[in-house]
Amino acid sequence: MTNLRILATVATTAMLVAACSSASSAPSGMQASVGPGEGEVDLVIWTGYAENGSNDPAYDWVTPFQDATGCQVKTQDGTDSANMVQLMHTGNYDGVSASGDATLRLIAGGDVAPVNTDLIPNYANVFAGLKGQPHNTVNGVPYGVPHGRGANLLIYNTDTFTTAPTSWSVVWDSNSPAAGKISIYNSAIYIADAALYLSKHKADLGIKNPYELDEDQFNAAVDLLKQQNKIIGEYWSTATQQIESFSAGDMLAGTTWQYQVNQLTDAPVAATLPDEGSTGWSDTWMISAHAKHPNCMYKWMDWIISPKANAMATVWFGEAPVSKAACDEAEKLSPGHCDTFHATDEAYFSKIAYWNTPQKECGDDRGAVCKDFTDWTNAWTDITGS
Amino acid sequence: MTSAAFARPPGVRRRLAAFLYRHPRLQLRLLLAAPLAWVVVAYVGSLAVLFANAFWRLDSFTGKVVFEPTLDNFVTLFSTAVYRTLALRTVGMAVLVTATCIALAFPIAYYMARIASRRVRGLLVVAVLMPLWASYLVKVYAWRTMLLGHGVINWALAPFGLHGPGTGEVAIWLVFTYLWLPYMVLPIYAGLERIPGSLLEASSDLGARAGFTFRRVVLPLVLPAVVAGSIFTFSLTLGDYITPQLVSNTKLLGNAIYDALGVPNLPLAAAIASIPVVVIVAYLLVARRLGAFESL
Amino acid sequence: MEDSRLVRIGLRLATAVVLLFIYVPLLVIVVYAFNASRVQAWPIAGVSLEWFARAAADGSVRQAFLNSIIAASGATAIALVLGSMAALAVQRFAFFGREAVTFLVILPIALPGVVTGVALSATFQTLGIDFGLPTIIVGHATFCVVIAYNNVLARLRRTARSLEEASMDLGADTWQTFRHVFLPSLRTALLSGALLAFALSFDEVIVTNFTAGAGVDTVPLWVLSAIQRPNALPVVNVVATVLILLSVVPVYLAQRISGGETAGVTR
Repeated sequence: MTNLRILATVATTAMLVAACSSASSAPSGMQASVGPGEGEVDLVIWTGYAENGSNDPAYDWVTPFQDATGCQVKTQDGTDSANMVQLMHTGNYDGVSASGDATLRLIAGGDVAPVNTDLIPNYANVFAGLKGQPHNTVNGVPYGVPHGRGANLLIYNTDTFTTAPTSWSVVWDSNSPAAGKISIYNSAIYIADAALYLSKHKADLGIKNPYELDEDQFNAAVDLLKQQNKIIGEYWSTATQQIESFSAGDMLAGTTWQYQVNQLTDAPVAATLPDEGSTGWSDTWMISAHAKHPNCMYKWMDWIISPKANAMATVWFGEAPVSKAACDEAEKLSPGHCDTFHATDEAYFSKIAYWNTPQKECGDDRGAVCKDFTDWTNAWTDITGS
Repeated sequence: MTSAAFARPPGVRRRLAAFLYRHPRLQLRLLLAAPLAWVVVAYVGSLAVLFANAFWRLDSFTGKVVFEPTLDNFVTLFSTAVYRTLALRTVGMAVLVTATCIALAFPIAYYMARIASRRVRGLLVVAVLMPLWASYLVKVYAWRTMLLGHGVINWALAPFGLHGPGTGEVAIWLVFTYLWLPYMVLPIYAGLERIPGSLLEASSDLGARAGFTFRRVVLPLVLPAVVAGSIFTFSLTLGDYITPQLVSNTKLLGNAIYDALGVPNLPLAAAIASIPVVVIVAYLLVARRLGAFESL
Repeated sequence: MEDSRLVRIGLRLATAVVLLFIYVPLLVIVVYAFNASRVQAWPIAGVSLEWFARAAADGSVRQAFLNSIIAASGATAIALVLGSMAALAVQRFAFFGREAVTFLVILPIALPGVVTGVALSATFQTLGIDFGLPTIIVGHATFCVVIAYNNVLARLRRTARSLEEASMDLGADTWQTFRHVFLPSLRTALLSGALLAFALSFDEVIVTNFTAGAGVDTVPLWVLSAIQRPNALPVVNVVATVLILLSVVPVYLAQRISGGETAGVTR
């Protein structure tokens, strides 16, 4: 019947077109030079990473960029790392400010291209401690520039804990004074925190890297988390959630970012880095392998790590700047900023295990027996969903 | 209409109209062409490729999709406890939410359709539709704030010594019911309104009591409307991932698909996404068997 | 049917309870719009118009609102046209694949938003279409079609063909019949379909996340990023309050226009 034939023809054509597209353009390699700007740059960002003054006129590092380069900045906020990967996978953006739990996924998926740091003048001034990190460097090839860095801190209610706790046991121990009112970051990457704790308290597991966990180490971490689940008060997804909980006194301890602590000026809370150290994060600006405006993206990457812009960005969000020069600028905006965030304290950051993307390949002599991100995600669903 | 109208030869418009009337198949094709082109080319095509992914595999070392037909993803779905739990929890939630929505929507829809005066009816339609404009995210966030330890619900129940449900699966059920209620009220209202009063009068003339008339006359006639509304509550629940994130720590199928797409593991995501589709199709088939789509 | 007094009272009560259920959260939103503090505690610490002032000063909200209106209007218009066409075709003609049409039309709603979003995004990429308002409109129209389709189909099933034939017997051509006989009987179906489709599109966040592209915000997208900033969260309540109040007028007008018409021709 002709109707069926028409239907079939159209459907087949559509499928062919769609199929051909998904196996489309191979990712470009490293750029050799930066040409003139294309007039626009499309970014996927964490909320607050590209402010244009509409929230606070004093904090605007987008408008000067647009004036200097002619590249209009258009942003889309990613809701979480998974969302950022989804968006970048559409190939529709020029760049992303990816967290460590997304970077390697993006690299593996062919969604981002290596970065030629020679084309980024300000990269030379970036702290050595931020260069060549495992979460954004593969075989010595850098895949982006850092935005800043910060640690996951232990937040506690100062009425319940009159002295600052020195150990993460406050959130793991069933007898903790905060039991039942513990607030933990709702992301599979938190399994690394469990692994970190075990690496200090159960040395026989032999955990060296909290992101490279083989079967036994992984199961131990998951068991610890399932135990913790019984004393959990909330798993928070947005900073705002946690701010409200601690403000109302619903939660008494948990993991947090300095950002929340800074916002909780009226509540009796404080934050500390316990003796075991902690996980942390350093978001990376990465360029899409299918970027339509690569020159503008390189200009943005150079801009965002330039002293004035980086100072503004890191003071606004609440993290450590990427270079000494940025630190100096930050002091002008917010005196004491660099000290609060330990920006120049490499010893502090040596205790921080930056977010990284778990992969099957352990990266040491164990071979490819480690748990990858899908395993982590499934385990997290199991832990939090019961 | 004067005889002058008949004296003029038919204009182009009339000739075209007559032509179309005589060629119903052409009419059909013209009617279908635009919607079909849209749906098939613009949407189904890429959906087909997406679901074809369900039969391929993601190589976790290279991160690339391997184009060899395999049922691995479905095996994973059935054998991994997590996905079974999620599927059951989500489908169960969808059924519960649909049932609750019907239970809540029916009285108000009936009142609006058959008892309220015209003015009140108009006001009630407005009243039911208004929440639709308050923005999904705002409503969910408001519920979250209400459910928290020091929120409105606990504050209101405290004098009675009671406690709200807090965040969790009960919260998800409450919020979904709240969100999709207007999508159930309006179709049922429209369906009830369509029932001619004469039918009901005839039924009672023939001796049927109110309850009997309701069961044997009203319900069958309003069934298509209930089904139409339930398609919304069902499918919107099956695919949602934002509400579970905001008002609970649990995850539903939507979250699993979201996570899989965030790897990006398209094969696995496609396989998981086939579950809601299968459920909806099964539901539609059952509804059709029950006569929900028959003419009134 | 004689609804007994008891039944009437019961229904009145039930209606009141349901209305309470619907409106308490909305009232909470409105109360929080006047919250003096940034934190959403209960009862609220104090009353303030600060957030209203901020909302008024914020250009991005207004732009998002405008985008949402345009997107919803476009999507509704397209959905009405396509949905009616498909419904007409399905109801008037018997053809191979008729069942499939219903399935295809329902598919965008039946699928989780993430899947629809990714699929649509891939299509736009393939066809080389630039992301922005047009892609948002297309994306929304795709799942709004089902609303128009359902409503029109239901109405068509109850509309007698004989009316049309009578009209044509009396000398009207197809267009005249369409305009003067057909369309009026469809009016309520189209109007209620339009209302629901508009609301669905206005409120949609998941698919929009994938089809908007950078630099274009609709109200839901704006809210999505606002709830991540403690300083913008209260403004969200203001926006919602304003939206609720604004919506009363068009909805009430729409209801008046469809004027409590009963279900078209039934004999």
